Amino acid sequence: MSSPRSSSLLAWPATSSSRARRPAVSQEDRRRTRLKRKLKENLTAYGLLCAALVVFALFSWYPIVRGVLLSFQQVDFVNAPTWVGFDNFAKLFEDPLFGVAWRNTLLFTGLALVFGFAVPFLTAVLLNEIRHAKAFFRLAVYLPVMLPPVVTALMWKWFYDPGPGLFNSALGAVGLPGGQWLDSSGTAMLSLVFVSTWANMGSTTLIYLAALGTIPGELYEAAELDGAGLWKRLRHVTFPQTRFVLLVLLLLQVVATMQVFTEPYVMTGGGPDDSTVTVLLLLYRYAFVYNDFGSASAMSLLLFVALGVFSAWYVRLTRKADQS
Amino acid sequence: MSSPWSRTVSRRMLCLLTAGGLALTLAACGDGDNAAQSGGKVKITVTGQPPTSQPFERSVFDADVKEFEAAHPNIDIDPHEGFMDPKTFSAKLAGGQLEDVYYVYFTDPAQIIARHQAADITEAAKSVPHINDIKPELLDNFRDASGKLYGLPTMNYTMGLLYSKPLFQKAGLDPNKPPQTWDEVRDAAKKISALGNGVVGYADYSKNNQGGWHLTGWLYSMGGDIARKDGDKWVADFNNDKGKKALQYLHDMRWTDNSMGAKQLLEATDVQRMMGSGQLGMYMAAPDNVPVLVKQFNGKYEDYGIAGMPGGEGTLLGGEGYMVNPKASPEKIKAGLEWIQWKYLNPDRFEKHIQQYVDGKQPVGLPAEPTPDVWTGTVREQQLALKAKYANVPAQNFQSYVDTTSKIKGSIEPPNAQQIYAALDSVMQAVLTDQNANIDQQLSSAESKVNSVLAQVK
Repeated sequence: MSSPRSSSLLAWPATSSSRARRPAVSQEDRRRTRLKRKLKENLTAYGLLCAALVVFALFSWYPIVRGVLLSFQQVDFVNAPTWVGFDNFAKLFEDPLFGVAWRNTLLFTGLALVFGFAVPFLTAVLLNEIRHAKAFFRLAVYLPVMLPPVVTALMWKWFYDPGPGLFNSALGAVGLPGGQWLDSSGTAMLSLVFVSTWANMGSTTLIYLAALGTIPGELYEAAELDGAGLWKRLRHVTFPQTRFVLLVLLLLQVVATMQVFTEPYVMTGGGPDDSTVTVLLLLYRYAFVYNDFGSASAMSLLLFVALGVFSAWYVRLTRKADQS
Repeated sequence: MSSPWSRTVSRRMLCLLTAGGLALTLAACGDGDNAAQSGGKVKITVTGQPPTSQPFERSVFDADVKEFEAAHPNIDIDPHEGFMDPKTFSAKLAGGQLEDVYYVYFTDPAQIIARHQAADITEAAKSVPHINDIKPELLDNFRDASGKLYGLPTMNYTMGLLYSKPLFQKAGLDPNKPPQTWDEVRDAAKKISALGNGVVGYADYSKNNQGGWHLTGWLYSMGGDIARKDGDKWVADFNNDKGKKALQYLHDMRWTDNSMGAKQLLEATDVQRMMGSGQLGMYMAAPDNVPVLVKQFNGKYEDYGIAGMPGGEGTLLGGEGYMVNPKASPEKIKAGLEWIQWKYLNPDRFEKHIQQYVDGKQPVGLPAEPTPDVWTGTVREQQLALKAKYANVPAQNFQSYVDTTSKIKGSIEPPNAQQIYAALDSVMQAVLTDQNANIDQQLSSAESKVNSVLAQVK
């Protein structure tokens, strides 16, 4: 069913003689009319878009801008904010925990990359090879992702319990000495990395699986015909074919793991001996324990800048590698 | 089938609805102060209403609101559920949602005052009845450097040693003679942990600022301090023999005696769970822990005793109180103070309040609720006599605590307490999780952290 407007458009005289009988319409006027018509046609869409923009502006962009402003202000939420320049940053640099928090966060990110990057990839390769009960194994790997992060953390806290915890009980049953897991500054961070890897590897594995699924089977067949073993097939077919996904996930993982919070907050509170105080945990303390929102915002700005610089450097590096 | 016209209209309606919804959301984000005066009535919002999960406490509170409103027809109370949540405090203040009268822990007033987040009640409080009968050191917790008053204390506790009488008995210790020194605590802890089966002799906190809080208790008990005033500046005061002695005790109990269990990084709820399930002999606590243990773990009041703080040289004073929103009008401040005084600081209602607890089969006779020990002089005597008259819990279990606390020095928490406690958590964690922890180094590192916190005290 056509609208009256579209029928009149269809009836628009197309000959040059008929055009001549009409008053002359300039190119500019025609463009304006077309624009008006397009605007009218898409009014509803623009309305909805505006609503979305307002929501984004209000709940996403405004807090970001306000956060940046807060980094340079001292606020008590009663009087007008005071502009303090770089005082909040100076205060952070004087805090002995500031350096510790960055060091711990980088350690967590490094360890999380070693485990969280390699384990899901190997799992995906294995799952890809499985011929039977594929759906079951995929679900089993994805299952931990469905648990709320706090539940995961509390569950693992019991696994790690140095008294009647699961790990120490199991070790004890086979006559091995138990570990201190979370209760030793030497092992606490590594213990948190295991939890994080276990909880998040399901999503990453699925993405790898999807990437592996796009590799044409002929490539493997050709490689096998050429006598390539498992490692050579991985190196010459799997890695190059999934390279893009690997690179994107690496970036995403660094950005995500640098913001680790739930595991140290729920499981160790930053201890023992500050060995699991992370940037976000310290930021949380500044905001909600010390009620110093200026310094907390300054800290989040520093993290934002650090991740922004890393992302830009990484994108540039990968582009260069692509070109070469 | 709908025509294109009707479809356009419905889309327009959708747009309008979306825009309307947004406008409503924005309006809802605005100032929520609807407590305007109407018809000569002052309406005030107050926190402190117990949650519905505590039906007895809730019913007492709601009945008190009704009774107060009947006695004060010009004041309308709008109670809000809950107490102090530092995570939402600033957001509520920024959004104009902070109650007119709000609850605080003793750790927070100094910072709240420094940030101008409470109303000055110095003048208004002069007319509050019995204000001079409140312990002066508790009122001082709500004063700024120039002596102006910003809040009123409504509950006070002093730290002591909570112990399990059945475990004392099993370990061959006299449950009616709790330890009085830290050496005695150490001996008792050894005997209790020797019972085996995962029983722990003594436990202490080391997480979420609670380790620092308890280390402060340890230091006070040995006559030490966390911070002292040096001219007009505050400086850390624990990197000394007393600090070392406190940490050495903890270290030795954990590693030499093995009487503190293997699991560390504990906080209050963990330790209460251990005590409630009969797996713990002793921990440092205030008497308000006893009802928690009895109610949550179906325990008996007879099974718990509280001794005065071991060491006997001092103890930590903590508690809670109420402050007033800095944006409150003078009428609201006046009405707010009337509510605080009538509800929490009212010797005329002691007996009625105790009676409510007796009728509700709640504990009376503990050195805690229903009438907290914020009083001094004759009001305190009056309160103790009433509690003794109506006591329904074995008062002798807490006699050592009562006797000790009236004799030893009570010190309030240091300024910027939460930040200091966060810094001291790591010291507690170090000695409790690392057998080779270097106590001198830990104290020195904590001293520099605490000094940087104290440098911010105004």
